[in-house]
Amino acid sequence: MAVIDLANPTRFLRIVDRVLPWLIGATVFLLAVGLYRALNAPDDYQQGATVKIMFLHVPAAWFGMFGWALMSVAALGTLVWRHPLADVSGKAVAPIGAAFTFICLVTGSLWGRPTWGTYWVWDARLTSMLVLLLLYLGVLALYWTAEDPGRGARAAAILSLVGAVNLPIIKFSVDWWNTLHQPASVFRTGGSTIDPSLLTPLLIMALAFTLLFVTLHLAVMRNEILRRRIRSMRLMQAQEVHA
Amino acid sequence: MNLGPHADFIVAAYAVTLFVVAALIAWVLLDYSAQRRILGDLEERGVTRRSRRKG
Repeated sequence: MAVIDLANPTRFLRIVDRVLPWLIGATVFLLAVGLYRALNAPDDYQQGATVKIMFLHVPAAWFGMFGWALMSVAALGTLVWRHPLADVSGKAVAPIGAAFTFICLVTGSLWGRPTWGTYWVWDARLTSMLVLLLLYLGVLALYWTAEDPGRGARAAAILSLVGAVNLPIIKFSVDWWNTLHQPASVFRTGGSTIDPSLLTPLLIMALAFTLLFVTLHLAVMRNEILRRRIRSMRLMQAQEVHA
Repeated sequence: MNLGPHADFIVAAYAVTLFVVAALIAWVLLDYSAQRRILGDLEERGVTRRSRRKG
């Protein structure tokens, strides 16, 4: 099957209906394994048991950022290629990305209090992550309040592309500025600095979050396609009444 | 499992994550059943999509 076939919403729905149960099963399984490994991971020599917060905080941060990257690609699909599913995908990913970013900020704050002695500082990493959450809320507001869905989608796509500037700022903020937040410790030149006993559960949780993200994204896309179908049916019904 | 002196922070982090993910899943499921119901009602009333119409 060619990728272009997925441009057909009906075919896309059929595929989603088929793969979603498998994805849900795999997500539940990996989350169970990941949580078991995370909760039984050894304490960090400096942070003690608070390192367990890392297994939620880090994958949530990755998928908060990945969500925006995906929205930016979808925005190109909406504005340049006018792909029928691009806007559906962009709109569907916004609440999921916002939720992961919110989890990242709250768990980071709860991790910061015992580790740094404060819930919050206005350093570059924390502030740029908060900006990401505010940008997500802006996109959601554009989608949910626009009277004309087409105009709302275009405005949201433009904001998605402009907001993508924030992604490298988040990633490199710990290198460019002096931050209380630690520098990168997983994806860095020279390899990860995390001990394998903590890195393995972290990677399992990251994989579980990947499946959770994909499952939720497909499910929200399915809802959005049905919503658009209903809207077009109602418009046709209204036109017939007035004809 | 001993969570040490900062157990409250660890439990709170896991609880918040669980709550947010559960809320997201509940919203997706409720929205899906609402859309299916509305679609079913419209189809029952004979409203069809343009692509389903004949001639």
